[in-house]
Order: sequence, then C-alpha cells, then structure tokens
Amino acid sequence: MVGAAVTTKTKWALRLVALLYLALLLIVPVGLIFWRTFQHGFSPFWHSITTHEALHALRVTLEVAITATVLNTVFGITASLLIVRHAFPGKRLLNALIDLPLAVSPVVAGLALILIYGRLTPIGGWLGHQGVNVIFALPGMVIATVFVSLPLVVRELVPVLEEIGTEQEQAAWTLGASAPQTFRRITLPAIRWALAYGIVLALARSLGEFGAVAVVSGKVVGQTQTLTLYVEQQYQNFDKTGAYAVSVMLAMIAIVTLIAMTLFRPKER
Amino acid sequence: MPPAPRPGSAPGQRTRAGAGTALGLGFATLYMSIIVLLPLSAIVWKAHQAGWSGFWADVTTPEAWSTMKLTILLSIAVALTNIVMGTLIAWVLVRDSFPGKRVMDVLIDLPFALPTIVAGLVLLTLYGPTSPIHVTLAYTRPGVFVALLFVTLPFCVRTVQPVLIELDRDMEEAAASLGASRITIFRRIVLPNLMPAILAGGALSFARALSEYGSTVLISGNIPFKTQVASVHIFNQIENDNVTGAAAVATVLLGVSLIVLLAIGVIQRWSVRR
Repeated sequence: MVGAAVTTKTKWALRLVALLYLALLLIVPVGLIFWRTFQHGFSPFWHSITTHEALHALRVTLEVAITATVLNTVFGITASLLIVRHAFPGKRLLNALIDLPLAVSPVVAGLALILIYGRLTPIGGWLGHQGVNVIFALPGMVIATVFVSLPLVVRELVPVLEEIGTEQEQAAWTLGASAPQTFRRITLPAIRWALAYGIVLALARSLGEFGAVAVVSGKVVGQTQTLTLYVEQQYQNFDKTGAYAVSVMLAMIAIVTLIAMTLFRPKER
Repeated sequence: MPPAPRPGSAPGQRTRAGAGTALGLGFATLYMSIIVLLPLSAIVWKAHQAGWSGFWADVTTPEAWSTMKLTILLSIAVALTNIVMGTLIAWVLVRDSFPGKRVMDVLIDLPFALPTIVAGLVLLTLYGPTSPIHVTLAYTRPGVFVALLFVTLPFCVRTVQPVLIELDRDMEEAAASLGASRITIFRRIVLPNLMPAILAGGALSFARALSEYGSTVLISGNIPFKTQVASVHIFNQIENDNVTGAAAVATVLLGVSLIVLLAIGVIQRWSVRR
C-alpha cells in the first residue's frame, strides 16, 4: 500500500532533495573543516589546540560551563518538582518564564546583565564595593551561561515527573521515609535518564555559548576568553589554522554530545 | 495531572513538606529574578528612560530601522524554507528507508549541539572567500540566510517527525482505495494532521532566526544597511557605548519573541484539542 500511496519516482525525488539539502547545508561544510584541519596530519591540530592561549581558554570554558550546568541542574530539579508536584500561586507564570531564555537573543541576554550588574549600576556598584566584579569577570560569564541554558534541564524533567506519578512516592512517604529519602531512593532513580539527557543538553549549550559571553566577558585575552571567543579572535587575526583546530575540537565535543543524546533520549520520542 | 496531596500521617511530616516547598519556591523565585527577570526588566526600563519619544527615536535611526527590517524579513524567509524543507526531511526520515538513514537522523541535531560561532566558521569553509566550489556568500545577505538555515534546521524536522510517526496510515489507505489521488491524500489527510506541528516548527525557526548572533557574526561581515542583523547591531551599539540604543532595539526583539512564544503556546493548545 505504501507503494500505491507514493510512487517510487516521487520517493526518489524527495529523498534526493532532502539529501542534497543536508549535504550542502550540513555534511559537506562540516566534513570540509575536518579535512582542512587534518589534511597535513594530526600534529598541526595538536599544536594549535595546546598553545598557552588555547589551553587557558579551555580552562575558562570548562570552569564556566560546569558551574553553570551544576546550578541549572539544582534549579532544574527544584523547579520541575515544584511545577509538577506542588500547587502555588504564580505557578503558570513560573512555567512560562522558564521558557523565556530560549526566545531571547544571547546578545540581549548579555546586555540585560550589563544593565543590572555593570559597575555603573546600583547593584553592580554595591557588589563591586564588596569586592565582587560580575561584568568582565567570571561571575558574569557564569550568569550569562546559566541564562541561555536555563530551560534545558527543567524541560526534560517535567514530562517524566508527570508520567511517573506519585504512587511510589506516596508509598514511601506512608512508610515513614523523609522527603530527602523519598527523593533519593524513589524519585531520583525514576528520573535519572531524563536528568542525564537534560544535563548533556545544558552542558553542550554552555560549552558552546558565544553571544551572551561575548557581551559580558569583555573578551580579555588570557583572562575571560572562552574557546568560542578564541575561535572568533583567531579567525579575525587571520590565524585560520588555530580557528579551525579549536572549531574542530568543539565540533568533536558536539558529536560526542549527539551520541550521548541518542543514548539518553527518552524511548517514546 | 493535579498535584496529589501528601498523605502525611504525622503532622510533623506535613510541616516538613510545607517548609520544603516554601524553601524550593523561594530558591526558584530568587534564581529566576537574579538571572532572568531583573536583567530583562532593566532592558525595558533603559529603553524607556528617555520617554516614549526617545525610544521611538532610537528604533527609527536609519541603521536600526534597516537592521530590524532585514532581520524580520530574513526570519520569515527562514521560517518558510524550514516549513517546506523540514517537513520534507521529516517525511523522508519517517516514510522512506535507505542506507545511512539512521546516521542522517542523528546528524539533524548537529546544529543544536554545535557552537554557533563554529557553525559560522564551518559555512565559511564551503561558502567563504576560499570556497573550493567558488561560491562566495561571505558578506552577503544570502550568506546570512544560509547561516540562519543551518542553525534552525532541526526545528521543523523535530516537531513534524513524531506526529508523522504517530499518524494512522489506515486513513491514507482508505482514501487511496476510494480513488483519491496522492496529491488529494496529502492535501486533505496528511497536511491537516501535520499542520500544528509544521506551524510550531516554523514559529520556533522564526524566533531563533530573529535572535541569532553567533553564526551570523563572521559570515555577515557586519555591514550596516546590507548584512547587519539585529543581534549584531545590538552588539555594535554596546561596544560603541550606546547602551540606550541597544536597549531600544533589544526591547523590540523581546516584544516580537514574546508574541511568537505566545503563538507557539496557542498552536500547542490547538493541537492538543484536535
């Protein structure tokens, strides 16, 4: 019947158009950057990603991304439990606001943080007096990264929490388990794959964040420069080898992320 | 699903659960305020600091106006292209089978996982000044368009694909046995069922294209009146210390994004009802 519904000719045409589109947009460009990076062997690549500046950028990136992901994981668990398991005024508002960062331009997010935490603002000025600089420093970069990846953990946890229901938690509860015990022994094991999936998404987004961090970091080489900022700088300084090498490294992280995503992806999707 | 009341037998447990909820709620509120609410309110406040006329003057400077026009037109074009190509790709992934389909299915998500600056650089290797196929899209509008298509590729595919998998083939077969042509079947049976998903995917693509920065910054070359999209414009204004101007354009972007978010919500409720 499938053959009757769609003739072989149409099928081939559709397949060809889809593959051509994907090849021109995605596969050939990504393949090409790998080829350009490795065409003279592995050592130029290794040399480019182990320069002092690149390694420093890697360390800053990891620090910022891991901190942001830990924060978003704690927030994600709390917020999803609140949304699914509790009733409180403003619940719909919280639910709607959590999605907001996905629709906000990273540059706008960065600008928003400058307007609140910049040194010339009341809050930023007060924090500066306490010795905490947010903008053009790591705290600002962490907040910017948290902003752009904020919904990712929550959005994975909410449907799973809704699906598992409360029967087991109630059983544990009546048997005298405390709230933390119930969470650790019943809820956490039930949501662990969705949690892992959300963390992978959030971490990948955090490692690759560019726009928001570009605004709040001030792009100070050797201090607040992340890997993505390093790529931009090397490209604009005509060091294509360096830009390509670090890009390929980030692309490899992205591919590992994809593999992790297919492993953790909830079965029903 | 309504939240079930805790069946706490001892009053002590009830109090603990209540305290836990309050603590969690306090934490979530504080977190959202520090990171999202206060900063975004600051943008709207800054944009309107010089009054409505000041805001209007900031968004109607020739550069701001042309950048917003370009961004919105490009985003519409990106959404339309994704509606067609995303649906087509989803169709091929669900209804067709060929070697390598599984890999293709995984690769669709690559633009989500790839840092946007890398996406821009990757496109420049094929469509940049050193293009091996001699197609130079760098510093042109088509170049920006391709970059936006790259980062929005997964949206329509991933919204349409699950609906297409769930779609009951019986209806199509019944229509075919009653003599309906393939075009009629697609138009009258498949398309109406896919419509909410296609529209949601299109709206998501539009919102993303509207706010995209990283992938366009290298390929656009940042030429005002020609290739400069809104996010790049805002970034320039920040660097030139024109924070008020940046906030004004940012407010417009925020407003349009909010409308799109609401539209997606409406589409989703509509599709649940059907």
